[in-house]
Amino acid sequence: MSMIGDYRPGATLLHRLPAGVKLLGMLVAAVATVAARGWAASLVALAVAAALLAWSGAGLRVTVKALRGIALVAVLLFAWQTWQHGWPRAVETVGDIVALVLLATVLTATTRVQDILDAITAGLRPLRRVGVDADRVALAFALTIRAIPATLELAVETRQAAQARGLERSLRARLVPFVIRLVARAHETGAALHARGVGDRD
Amino acid sequence: MSVLLEEVTVRVPVADGDLLILEPTSLELTERRVALVGPNGAGKSTLARLLNGLALASSGRVLVDGLDPAHQGREVRRKVGFTFTDPAAQLVMPTVAEDVALSLRRTHRNRSEREAAALGVLTCYGLEHLAERSVHGLSGGQRQLLALAGVLATEPDILVADEPTTLLDLRNARMIGDLLLGLPQRLVLVTHDLELAARCDRALLVDDGRVVADGPAQDVVDHYRVTT
Repeated sequence: MSMIGDYRPGATLLHRLPAGVKLLGMLVAAVATVAARGWAASLVALAVAAALLAWSGAGLRVTVKALRGIALVAVLLFAWQTWQHGWPRAVETVGDIVALVLLATVLTATTRVQDILDAITAGLRPLRRVGVDADRVALAFALTIRAIPATLELAVETRQAAQARGLERSLRARLVPFVIRLVARAHETGAALHARGVGDRD
Repeated sequence: MSVLLEEVTVRVPVADGDLLILEPTSLELTERRVALVGPNGAGKSTLARLLNGLALASSGRVLVDGLDPAHQGREVRRKVGFTFTDPAAQLVMPTVAEDVALSLRRTHRNRSEREAAALGVLTCYGLEHLAERSVHGLSGGQRQLLALAGVLATEPDILVADEPTTLLDLRNARMIGDLLLGLPQRLVLVTHDLELAARCDRALLVDDGRVVADGPAQDVVDHYRVTT
């Protein structure tokens, strides 16, 4: 399954840029995307993000798979916003979200998580004096990236389990086990990290 | 290195008070390979988790090489590695090499040294050809092997493995079992695989929160087979 969190080896400039530069660039782009008002600005952000993704060589399949994870939310949000505030607001809101997902995909498709961790750790190291644990922040970042495919994997398994019991139409049969398994998985992952000594303060 | 439990109990809070899941238990584990066997819910995993500080004693005392996991958890975890039944929860990085490298971040600050060390660990366990593969694309046996490699990369003195072969097919279960029993580290193995348990030096039969049999592994396994 290809989505946010999957690195795609390549030799583009985006691959060669230092992870810190890409992280900073993404942060600036994300803030600009959200700060710029109006549907036209969102479409521009969307076009830029799509162009970057195409440049990264991630390909159409990766793009489609990255967007599949938010497709349902995007459609529901678009319908709700159109109903409540009209189509310009709907285009702006959903356009911003899709642009941010595409930007995140560009980052993770062109950067190894290990490099992102190192960049965050190096960037936050000066803040140790004020109590910021750079390693823990970097670990939290890595876990967030890992959580996306892992959560979708659990969602698929839970849906299939509901289908196997003939309960595919029951939202409760899909949602309740999904949330329970998600919490249990988070607990297990925490225990596993704890057991490996990852995140222990030196 | 000594592993000592002195009158250890474990209680967990439930709706109507506390539930005693491990009755007062005193043990000294000195053998290289110790198996914990017994039915589901007997308290085997709780007993194993005490050794790494994942579970803490409600009363009594656990000492690992003189260290108490309740107060010196970090030091104990550096000596005692732990692997779980389901490797999926243990693999937190996208690729095989990155996951092992995560274990090495504390000991190898330099990135190129860390990557070289990770590759060395992968080579040690025959996983080097999978270094750049996504952890999602691995088979069950490969995932469990990687989870083990991730823990062993930290070079613990003792490895606690909680049902490491339960989710595996016969071939992979044998492969992981042979690997575990051949490790230079001391091993505490929670398992339902009685053939594997019988190959250990000592076994403890845990039932209903108590150690009901303790002795040479083959004898305890035979006793378990007869009494179940």
